[in-house]
Amino acid sequence: MLSHLPILQVIVPLLAAPACLLLDRARAAWLFACMASLVSVVISGLLVFQVHQFGVLSYSLGGWDAPWGIEYRIDLLSAYVLLIVSGIGALMILAANTAIRIEIPPERQPLFYVLYLLCLAGLLGIVATGDIFNVFVFLEISSLATYALIAQGQDRRALWAAYQYLIVGTIGATFILIGIGFLYSLTGTLNMQDLSNRLPQLENSATAFTAFAFLMVGVCLKLALFPLHLWLPNAYAYAPSIVTAFLAATATKVAVYLLIRFHFSVFGVGFAASVLPLHSIFLALGLAGVFVASLVAIQQPNVKRLFAYSSVAQIGYMIIGIGIGSATGLQATLLHLFNHALMKGALFLALAAVVFRFGSADIRHFAGLGQRMPWTMAVIVIGGLSLIGVPGTVGFISKWYLVLAAFERDWWPLIIAVLLGSLLAVIYIWRLVEVAYFWKGEDEVCREAPLSLLIPTAILALANIYFGIDTRLPVYLSDSAAQMLFGVSP
Amino acid sequence: MLPELYNYWVVIVLMMIGFYIVIVQGNLIKKLIGLNIFQTSVFIFYISVGKVADGSAPILAEGVDVYSNPLPHVLILTAIVVGIATMALALALVIRIKNAYGTVEEEELQERDLQC
Repeated sequence: MLSHLPILQVIVPLLAAPACLLLDRARAAWLFACMASLVSVVISGLLVFQVHQFGVLSYSLGGWDAPWGIEYRIDLLSAYVLLIVSGIGALMILAANTAIRIEIPPERQPLFYVLYLLCLAGLLGIVATGDIFNVFVFLEISSLATYALIAQGQDRRALWAAYQYLIVGTIGATFILIGIGFLYSLTGTLNMQDLSNRLPQLENSATAFTAFAFLMVGVCLKLALFPLHLWLPNAYAYAPSIVTAFLAATATKVAVYLLIRFHFSVFGVGFAASVLPLHSIFLALGLAGVFVASLVAIQQPNVKRLFAYSSVAQIGYMIIGIGIGSATGLQATLLHLFNHALMKGALFLALAAVVFRFGSADIRHFAGLGQRMPWTMAVIVIGGLSLIGVPGTVGFISKWYLVLAAFERDWWPLIIAVLLGSLLAVIYIWRLVEVAYFWKGEDEVCREAPLSLLIPTAILALANIYFGIDTRLPVYLSDSAAQMLFGVSP
Repeated sequence: MLPELYNYWVVIVLMMIGFYIVIVQGNLIKKLIGLNIFQTSVFIFYISVGKVADGSAPILAEGVDVYSNPLPHVLILTAIVVGIATMALALALVIRIKNAYGTVEEEELQERDLQC
């Protein structure tokens, strides 16, 4: 049983999804989906433990060995990302039952869980697999489920946002498909391990460069790297709140994982360095993303949209970490994967509570919210402090490592830029805090959000503080994964 | 060079036509047609890659030594299925957009959003 964990990680939610379809009552479907996602958290926990104990796990699907069959390969990096995705997936679904009550009509609620589990299965599959074509298939499973989930939003603009994301997402996925085709025609293999052995001998082939370019652009579309981010703000703003919380905390993280996997494991760090200054491009686009998205975030009247732009900015920090091009920089990126999932998960779940009470996340509903929904607002403040990077929260840890990585290279302008970026975050968080605590609200009576929504939100907020103080787990995992990717240890 | 690689030129031409339609067209259905052409060009690309000169279909037979590579063909079957699913979902979205907005023209959609 334990040797089958890599496939169980993916197959449990994948099979639970159609099973959910058979349960036509929303509550039954919810309980079932909860169970399935809790099982996948347990599996990912066991996987982290096993990889830590025995090293890389390789699983041959259906007993067909690696170059012919599809291999599932779990190393520290994938175990780490699996843990993030399944953990957030389970916490979000605990809150989902309450959160979707007003946003999705009752007859469509069981279907919501089907889509949710399919999306989760797709995301887990991308991370677990060691076969590049399998990556494409899972990418499309998760993307198709995502488009349908976004379209469930109450506002009709949700449909338009889903359509736009579908067009952009399909172009991105097709680019990835073209890249995979070039790699296969060049090397005759789809296995990542095989590819990484064969590609160094083909360093100067134009086909390999083309494949590399298509894969990078395709993945960057998916992860919403500035200036390819235009689909993201609308999709996040108009999707049902719980979907926004789930996607913001997992989907872009998996895309960043994919970028790291292709860039470091499949092609190797130095690939194409002589013809394409990829790291400088990453640095420039990452910085541009941080500043442009933060400045736009400051002007948003809709708080969901505000945090959507802030997500684009945070992705910028992750890309800067890769662009620094050292093990410490990569570690900062990996830490920020974990930490950003925690803070954006907490913030968007708190917004789900606001939407639950007011029906929208417009900033005028926030007037006097500090008195009316004290717990929810406390979570937003903790998440906001974490976003800024105040010591004692997780946000500080990732910024610290990022600054450390820049310091190692003596790149002072970069350090200053990162600090300036954090100042912009102070502005948009302060705007929210000012409205919530210092403005007087209208006299409508409004109670705190229900406990079923508040508890998962509070867990995420406490995790923001806990992992900001006791950093052993994420730092150990990200450090080992970064060392592994730079080839220092196996 | 052109005659023996003509299928790759077809791929490039189709790909650019599809991509251009997606970018330029304002009608949501026409955008999808462009997207479909774009995807189809990639299917042809995969099929061309799998063809071995003078190779026969990959079925064991007396007196045949050269076979085409079936793997890209199998891969692209999967991608075709994915493409159909994407298109079905996209058309369903367009129907709902038409119901909600009463139009499938991009410019009119944006106007109607600005009005409210």
